[in-house]
Amino acid sequence: MPIAFILTAVVTLLAAAAAMSLRNLVHCALMLAVSFSGIAAIYLQLNAEFVGFTEILVYVGAIAILIVMAILLTRSGETPDKSVLTSGWMAGIVVTVFVFVLLGWAVLNSSALPQTMAPAPHATVKNIGDVLMTKYVLPLEIIALMLTAAMIGAVVIAYREEAPKTKREEGIPIPPRDSLLPPPSPTGEKA
Amino acid sequence: MTPLQICLLTSALLFATGFAGAVTRRHAILVLVGIELMLNAANLNLIAFWRFGPNPEALTGIIFVLFSMALAAAEAAVGLALVIAIYRHKKTSNLDEVKELKG
Amino acid sequence: MFDKLDQIFVTALHWLVGFLPEAWGPYVSPLICIAFILSVFPGLFALVTVIERKGLGRIQNRYGPNRVGPFGFLQFAADGVKALIKEDVVPRAADKLVHFLAPVVLLIPVLLTYAVLPFGKNMVLADYDAGLLFFLAVGGAVEVSVFMAGWSSHNKYSLLGAMRAIAQMLSYEIPLILSAVTVVMMVGSLNLSEIVKHQDHYTFGLAHWHVFTPWGLAGFLLFIVASLAESNRTPFDLPEAESEIIAGYFTEYSGFKFALFFLGEYLGMFAIAGLGITLFLGGWTAPFSCLTWIPSYVWFLGKLLGIVFVFIWIRGTLPRLRMDQLMNLAWKFMLPLALLNIVVAGIWHYMGPDWQHMRWLVCSAILAAAYAMLGLGLMQNQKLGKRVYKFAE
Repeated sequence: MPIAFILTAVVTLLAAAAAMSLRNLVHCALMLAVSFSGIAAIYLQLNAEFVGFTEILVYVGAIAILIVMAILLTRSGETPDKSVLTSGWMAGIVVTVFVFVLLGWAVLNSSALPQTMAPAPHATVKNIGDVLMTKYVLPLEIIALMLTAAMIGAVVIAYREEAPKTKREEGIPIPPRDSLLPPPSPTGEKA
Repeated sequence: MTPLQICLLTSALLFATGFAGAVTRRHAILVLVGIELMLNAANLNLIAFWRFGPNPEALTGIIFVLFSMALAAAEAAVGLALVIAIYRHKKTSNLDEVKELKG
Repeated sequence: MFDKLDQIFVTALHWLVGFLPEAWGPYVSPLICIAFILSVFPGLFALVTVIERKGLGRIQNRYGPNRVGPFGFLQFAADGVKALIKEDVVPRAADKLVHFLAPVVLLIPVLLTYAVLPFGKNMVLADYDAGLLFFLAVGGAVEVSVFMAGWSSHNKYSLLGAMRAIAQMLSYEIPLILSAVTVVMMVGSLNLSEIVKHQDHYTFGLAHWHVFTPWGLAGFLLFIVASLAESNRTPFDLPEAESEIIAGYFTEYSGFKFALFFLGEYLGMFAIAGLGITLFLGGWTAPFSCLTWIPSYVWFLGKLLGIVFVFIWIRGTLPRLRMDQLMNLAWKFMLPLALLNIVVAGIWHYMGPDWQHMRWLVCSAILAAAYAMLGLGLMQNQKLGKRVYKFAE
């Protein structure tokens, strides 16, 4: 277990680091897609197959594409010349290191973590479906409402209203028909 | 180190990476990317505890993660719509320049 | 004797793996299956490119390619050699790494989807519990590659074609998934072998394929239309049509990379046709119980070739849809129909097998009425009739 897991974890972490530190935004988005696939691979190794496939479907197939489309719609596809870091980035790095040290210390020294490994569970789709429809049916309905609200909200926020009519749109005056024809020949014969 | 601790450290490192990006980068979309990474780290944490915990038959971890993914997708959609709306209004997606509430 | 013929590949696999030590079995057996898939389906791709060109030619009242080999059937070899020896031109402003990786990223998910298709009895490479979800998830990862190809070429038209292709693929994934959900609902499992087994019964000699039920027929038609759109085939090939946008997102690709894109597209078409066969047409089962002696993989291959022939026929017959017509079709017509199909499948199930003729009538009536009303609704904004010119007499 460890070797395959550590390899996948290293790939995922490197891709995530690249996603956050590259200059070109589209490269960041593509590295994000790679890190999502790495996380899906980790889920598959932890016997959570349904979750792994859902991760690929939702994150790689939809969210990564959404991020890419937003990058293109805000015209940020080119590599920026100026600095990519916000003002006050050093404070951010300090806080990040602090957060990670805290989490790492908690994980390594905690006595609440279970020390014995349970046998590998077998979460069949049937069990997940049963549980979703009996025990967790209320969160399911709420999620449905929430997704509808989010969809409508996203459309409303990003809706482009009708641009005001400029002078050009009032219409270029059409020249009278006769001025478009060639001048009539003097004798009236066909040219 | 037990496998559980390896998983948890991975997820902590992923969370820290996402957090670093979210507070350091200047572009609004990259902040959302960082948020997505943090959400994924939390999901990984949940699955690790489900797998190595005492009662994996209850499927609580998996259901929690499925709902969390649905929420993350909705939040990404709305967040990106917001970024697009702000870009249309202020012609910039640089977070240092979008710092006034006045429209 | 016919049973042995049916299981000949499975026994061959066991025999081959028997030569190796015990521990290597689980690693070598999938590798042999992968080698099998990698040799059969690209071979089928080569055959289908020739059949497509000759078929299109005949529909258009001309011969197809008929110079290379007997009746032109070695054309794929000539095309392959040409693609391999052509100069690989990469635009100077292109993003080199992404440009290089795009065809690879296209092929990997497409080849992965073949892992869950049951080609014959007991002939699945990876019999996942959630096999259908795996197929649909990995099939959706193709969009990333389309974007990579379009964006890295640094070409306005490539990017436009890529964005259109992604919008089209995303829009048509939803009717695809919803029509597959109907089947899952009736079978009760996401496992593709289970879905095929569910269709393996015969009444009065006719098989219980899902396509022989009203919800199955509607679902199958929705699935076929959505899979045409997913593979960017006519009438949905606006993102890559020659008269529209040169070649869309793979304009800047030449030589071997173009051949890889072409291969990826056709393999994707076969995979999704294979899924349609598994879900609706009974997978590897025979239609009539008197024909079960024909091996299962022959049936699968026959059905696959039949569907591919129908795709080629549609390509030669129908004109292309415009982008807005495409999107209208997906969101305003196919999505409501797919949702209604799920409801109708539920009605079918709850009316039970006692009300045989009644339930056929009710379900078909609901679906036909919805089809007619949605179609009329979509045609409201069409100004059909004599064409009116505004600035002329």
